Amino acid sequence: MRRELTCITCPIGCALLAEGGEGEELRVSGNRCPRGAAYAREELLSPHRTVTATCRALGAGPSSPARRIPCRSSAPFPKERVGELLAAIYALEVSLPVERGRVLIRDALGLGINVVATRTLD
Amino acid sequence: MKELGFDAVVIGGGAAGMAAALELEAQGKSVAVVEREDRLGGILCQCIHAGFGLVEFQEELTGPEFAERLEEKMRGRAISTYCGCTVLGIDTEGPEKIVACASSAHGVLRLRAKAVVLAMGCRERNRGNIRIPGTRPAGVFTAGLAQRLVNIEGYVPGRDAVVIGSGDIGLIMARRMSWIGCKVRAVIEILPYPSGLTRNIVQCLNDFGIPLYLSYLTTNIYGRDRVEGIEATPIENGALAPAKAFRIPCDTVLLSVGLVPENELSRDAGVAINPMTNGPAVDSYLMTSVPGVFACGNVLHVHDLVDYVVEESRRAGRFAAAWLGGSRPAREVRVKAGPNVRYAAPSRVEPGRDNKLYFRTMIVKNDAVLEIKLDGKVLRSSKKGHVQPSEMMTITLGAAELEGAGLDSAIEIAIT
Repeated sequence: MRRELTCITCPIGCALLAEGGEGEELRVSGNRCPRGAAYAREELLSPHRTVTATCRALGAGPSSPARRIPCRSSAPFPKERVGELLAAIYALEVSLPVERGRVLIRDALGLGINVVATRTLD
Repeated sequence: MKELGFDAVVIGGGAAGMAAALELEAQGKSVAVVEREDRLGGILCQCIHAGFGLVEFQEELTGPEFAERLEEKMRGRAISTYCGCTVLGIDTEGPEKIVACASSAHGVLRLRAKAVVLAMGCRERNRGNIRIPGTRPAGVFTAGLAQRLVNIEGYVPGRDAVVIGSGDIGLIMARRMSWIGCKVRAVIEILPYPSGLTRNIVQCLNDFGIPLYLSYLTTNIYGRDRVEGIEATPIENGALAPAKAFRIPCDTVLLSVGLVPENELSRDAGVAINPMTNGPAVDSYLMTSVPGVFACGNVLHVHDLVDYVVEESRRAGRFAAAWLGGSRPAREVRVKAGPNVRYAAPSRVEPGRDNKLYFRTMIVKNDAVLEIKLDGKVLRSSKKGHVQPSEMMTITLGAAELEGAGLDSAIEIAIT
C-alpha cells in the first residue's frame, strides 16, 4: 500500500508518504518530526474524527426560537462510522430546556462514546 | 426614554465584548454590554465545530461551549447586559460619550459613559464586494449566513453546492453541508494557495473528496430563478485562460471570500480607520483616534483564533480601566510593517513595559526569518518553520528592548 497524506499536527503541513502496512511495517517519509509519523500511522490504521452536528429541538416557542441543539461526540469517533453516528443524531428529538453537557446519546453505536449538548437552551 | 450612566459601555456581546467587560469589572469599573442579538456569544453560537479554546481554556471546545464558558464568568458580576439592543450611534462630542440604543424590551436607551469599547466584530464580504458576473438567481449565500441557517435555524440552503473562496468558514461549511447529506462539488480559490488552515483543507475537503481549484476565478453564475451552475476559469501566468473555462452544475453557491471589520458606528463617531486592517487605528493602549474610545477583537483586525480575540480584548479592558483612572502612555514608538508584513496591531508601543503585538505576513514560506528592528538595528531575529497569511503571528516586546528608543524611533517587523 502507498498513500500520500498531509500532516495536520502543525501549520507546516508536511507532505507524508506512507508505504507498507498489511502485515509488513508501515514506513512513513516526508515528515520533519516524529509527530508526522505518528499522525500517518493513526490516520491509516485507525482514523478518528470529532463529530459536531445539531439535533431537533422540541418545545421552541416565540420566546425561545431555538430550533436546533448543537452537540458533539465526547471523544473522536471512528471515521468509518461517522455516517451512522450522524444518522442517530439527526433522528433525535430533544425537548427544551437543555443544558450544556447533557448526554443526548449514551454509548453511541456501542463504542463507549457519548453525544453531548454543547449549548444551554431554554 | 431611559438614561443610565456607566464608567464604560462595551458595544458587542461576543467573545471580544465579554472579555473586555469582564476585565473592566475586575478593575472595579461599572460596565454595560450592548448586544444586537437576543443572547450573548456572537458568532461563536453558530460555530458548532470544535477547535476553540486550546489557548484560553487548555482544552478543545466547540464555539457554543467557548461562548458559554465566558457567559458563566459574567454571572454574578456587576455587568449590565442589554441583549436584543441595537446601537444607533455614539455621540463623542461632550465630556461624556452617549451611546444611543433601541430595543423592543427597553425602548430607547441613552447610555452615558466615560469610555467606550468597540467590540462589534466583522462582517462577510459578499458577491457585490468581489463582483462575480452573471445572473442574480436565488441560492447565493455567504458561508456564514449558510452556517447560521443550518446550525441555528435548521434550514438546508441547497442540495448541490459550490464554495467560492477557501476561507476557513467556507471549508468548515463544506464539511457541514456534506454531513447533512448535501453534495459539495468544488471549492474555487483565486490565489495559488488556500486561504484557510491546512487542517481544514485535510479534514473538511480531502475527507469528502471535494476538489480544490487553486488559481481559478469564478467568471459566471448561471440560473434564472435558482442557481444552475457556475463557470470557473483558470488563471495562468497572471491572465485568465478562457479556452480552459468549465462549468460546474450546482443549485447553491457559498461565498467565503474574506471578512471586513464592521466599523460603521466607529466611522460615524469620528474614529480614524487604518486602511491596512479596515479597523480603527489604535495606540499602545488600543485606544482609537477618539480619546476614551477603545477597540478590540475582529472590529480592530480580523483574527483567526477566538483565543487571541479574548486575550487582546482583556488587554483593551485593562487599558480602558487604566485610562479611566487617569493613566496615559508616557511616550510611544511607532510600529512599521516591514518587508512581507501586512500590518501590526497596535501600531504603537509604549517603552517601559511589555507590549504584545499581533501581525500578519503576506507570504507563504518555510524556514522564514522574523526580524524585529529598532531604527534599523536588529533587536531580535528568530527562525520560523512556516509562515502563511492565514496564520496570525504574535510577539511581546519587552521593556528592556525598547530602552534605547528616542522620540522619532520606529520599530520594524520584517519577514524574509
